[in-house]
Amino acid sequence: MDGYTSSELVSIFAMQGFAGISLFSVLLLMALGLAIIFGQMGVINMAHGEFMAVGAYTTYFMATLTETYFPAFMPYYFVLAIVVAFFVSGLLGYLAEFALIRHLYKRPLDTLLATWGLSLIMQQSFRSLFGAREVSPTLPEWLLGSYQPTEMIDIPLNGMFVLGLTTIVTLGVYYLMFKSRWGLRVRATTQNRVMSDAVGINTKKVDRYTFALGCGIAGIAGAAFTTIASTGPTTGTLYIVDTFMVVVFGGAASLFGTIASAFSIAQAQSILEFFISGSMAKVYTLLALVLILMFKPEGLFASKVRR
Amino acid sequence: MNMLTNTDFTLSIEDLTVSFDGFKAVDNLNFYLDKNELHVVIGPNGAGKTTVLDLICGKTKATSGSIKFLNHELTGLSEHAIVRAGVGRKFQTPSIYENLTVLENLEVSYPYGRGVFGSLMFKRNEKVLNKINEIAKEIMLDHALDTEAGLLSHGQKQWLEIGMLLIQDPQLLMLDEPVAGMSVKEREQTAELLNKISQGRSVLVIEHDMEFVARIAHKVTVLHQGKILATGDMETVQNDPKVIEVYLGH
Amino acid sequence: MSFVYEKLMGGKKGLIGFIILAALILVIFPLFLDSFRLNLVGKYLTYAFAAVSLVLLWGYGGILSLGQGIFFGLGGYAMAMFLKLEASSPENTAIQSTPGIPDFMDWNQITELPWFWEPFTSFTFTVLAVLIIPAAFAYLIGAAMFKRRVGGVYFAIITQVIAVILTVLIVGQQGLTGGINGITDLRTLNGWDITSDSAKNIFYFVNCILLLAVILASRVILTSKFGRILLAVRDKEDRVRFSGYDVANFKIFVFCFAAMISAIGGAMFTLQVGFMSPSFVGIVPSIEMVIFAAVGGRMSLIGAVYGTLLINFGKTTFSESFPEMWLFLIGGLFIAVVMLFPNGLAGLWDDYGHHITHKLRFITKGVSKLIPQSMLRKVEDTRS
Repeated sequence: MDGYTSSELVSIFAMQGFAGISLFSVLLLMALGLAIIFGQMGVINMAHGEFMAVGAYTTYFMATLTETYFPAFMPYYFVLAIVVAFFVSGLLGYLAEFALIRHLYKRPLDTLLATWGLSLIMQQSFRSLFGAREVSPTLPEWLLGSYQPTEMIDIPLNGMFVLGLTTIVTLGVYYLMFKSRWGLRVRATTQNRVMSDAVGINTKKVDRYTFALGCGIAGIAGAAFTTIASTGPTTGTLYIVDTFMVVVFGGAASLFGTIASAFSIAQAQSILEFFISGSMAKVYTLLALVLILMFKPEGLFASKVRR
Repeated sequence: MNMLTNTDFTLSIEDLTVSFDGFKAVDNLNFYLDKNELHVVIGPNGAGKTTVLDLICGKTKATSGSIKFLNHELTGLSEHAIVRAGVGRKFQTPSIYENLTVLENLEVSYPYGRGVFGSLMFKRNEKVLNKINEIAKEIMLDHALDTEAGLLSHGQKQWLEIGMLLIQDPQLLMLDEPVAGMSVKEREQTAELLNKISQGRSVLVIEHDMEFVARIAHKVTVLHQGKILATGDMETVQNDPKVIEVYLGH
Repeated sequence: MSFVYEKLMGGKKGLIGFIILAALILVIFPLFLDSFRLNLVGKYLTYAFAAVSLVLLWGYGGILSLGQGIFFGLGGYAMAMFLKLEASSPENTAIQSTPGIPDFMDWNQITELPWFWEPFTSFTFTVLAVLIIPAAFAYLIGAAMFKRRVGGVYFAIITQVIAVILTVLIVGQQGLTGGINGITDLRTLNGWDITSDSAKNIFYFVNCILLLAVILASRVILTSKFGRILLAVRDKEDRVRFSGYDVANFKIFVFCFAAMISAIGGAMFTLQVGFMSPSFVGIVPSIEMVIFAAVGGRMSLIGAVYGTLLINFGKTTFSESFPEMWLFLIGGLFIAVVMLFPNGLAGLWDDYGHHITHKLRFITKGVSKLIPQSMLRKVEDTRS
């Protein structure tokens, strides 16, 4: 880090830190969905990135629709798009669970392959429906521009919005999983499926809704994603590996771990990117993760349980 | 007596504690097992019985304390090293290779060719087959050597797992609920089997079926909340007021 | 004799399967295919090495590696580096600002051969590197993972991440690796022109013989006690551990062996196709290798070869005429093979094969006179 004065370094860290916040938000939303599904059923959803893309394309579709038919509604559509993205991805997730996943619960490796197949089909569907080119929705004006607290620091508003959205979703997930009756059922099923069945929890229903919820959150991630980058058929695959690393690194069962791990991975990548090329930043981040996991395979925040 | 470093015991457990996030599943346990002794551990659910077996065979790591087997410290050894030292363990649900035949199950358990290259070079010779036949006879499965293990009855699976341990000729044999799911006749045969195999080695059994315990046990230990409540022969233990309190008081 | 019959061939059924496969790739393909198609089949058969390695690793060991492309790539790159150095002699590269180094290095303002390229001027070193570097790398990964009991989906994901790291590294370090284009323009092997049809034919046969040898070696492993322990580990890992085995060592061994096999495939790929690029290293090729094994039958060494051939013929055919259909088809295939045919083609053959052989025998009895003629006609069809 030669050649930078200390005040420049502070500004660089601050700027890249804020840039990293957008990445952090998307990674966290993705990871929340993946972790809920993995924690609940031990299933890795390789098509999770595509469920995010569904959310992004839904947002794009809503934007185009609003622009063409209800231009006056443009400043507000985005909020509605987030909700619709959640339900569209969630519904597709529900169907995927019904048609595919539930037949494979005892075979996690096979589920991995089957959901990979699903991801290929979804990618091709995006290509057929929306074309191979990347698309981005017209964003409402209040999402553009930035806030400048000092001359050198420039905080984009979309990043702030996405962070706010992520906070709301995370709190919602926390409430749902740890405070609500439904969350109690989910956690009961996670810990002892047979017993949960015996005390009258419909574990199959719990599974299906959990899977749908995870995919729905990926849909929200997709809506958030449109504010920072454009969407193409293979957008999902770019994020899936990073998301896995967030979940594994954070320890699959810990909400706090997932947040901390999404934050550290996003920030490491974002700050490194300023000093070395983007691809090498990725190599170093992933390499560090693999090395850490070799020494602490249960993740950094896993709790000790009696088995 | 805790100060003794060398003992005649096959197994001596001293001050053994394990805690999971503060919860002490086994709490300062002291326990001794003699040669030729068949010792049964009983206790209500969650008493820590299976955890004790897990600790001895290395599946769970102790928080503190010592486990000495023939005067060798076991804590800190890896699972396979403990087995090679002469400790065999049967799991609660029969743990056999369902896709292999009875013969192959016993062969995989045969204590030679345990390294990667040893197993590549391993030959199924006369000596191996003789040993397999001898054990199969003992566990009453000599007629079923070529049967796929998945097709055996529940009781036969339990026997097969015992046989897989016997073929290694362990000095300490640990059996977690060996008669669960067995018919009355199978229980009788198992009792006979256990009496026979306890000669020349030590056997530690976890069991719920009191009638069966009374038939096989030389000594009984009652475990409750990770601690020993009572030890002695069956009659003493059954008349111990603390034991009666735990079993009937709730 | 009984060793050969039982261990190498796996009894009568295995012997027949092996002979049919050998006849197909050593006799029938060379007789009926022109040299372009034969070279294409040769390319597919290099992927079959990786598919066979996955039968050992995933089918028998229960260890799903989503990173076999790593080892295929390492083998391929090792061979490509040797060939590239030979193609970059000072005479051939006289027009470069630094003659004697590969062209892509010169384009990237590199003026000296990097240290790790130096030893690849030796063919002996290269052959050893093809076998040892991937195995050693697999040992590092395997020891770190398996000794700490990392398995299942975690292992799958981590191998995938390593494949990503390697791809990004190769693409990013253009001056050292040739970047996204890979290492191209490979012409001679110790002075022998490898782009000629005769060289390609020779490589085809070398490749086939190596593949058959790898299948035999795998059979020896699977029919030994090692093979039964591998299965036992897959089904009841704890029981094996508590029978006194150091389970991790068995997994490490099979992972290293699988890496070595895949690397041989990679090296043969470079020799036959004449280049190597990062598109054979990353997530997509790695997971495609899994589907080759899955379609062929994850428990069948020979099935893996047929699975590889079938999928690649399908891919070539479809992506020429209906590129958009191919992703739907392969995606659907992933799902179908997992949900409906977990034992792939080999499983279907075991279930329904005897019906087919029975019918075939019936048909051949009746129409035996017609067969030579129809076969001759086929020869003419493919030649024209």
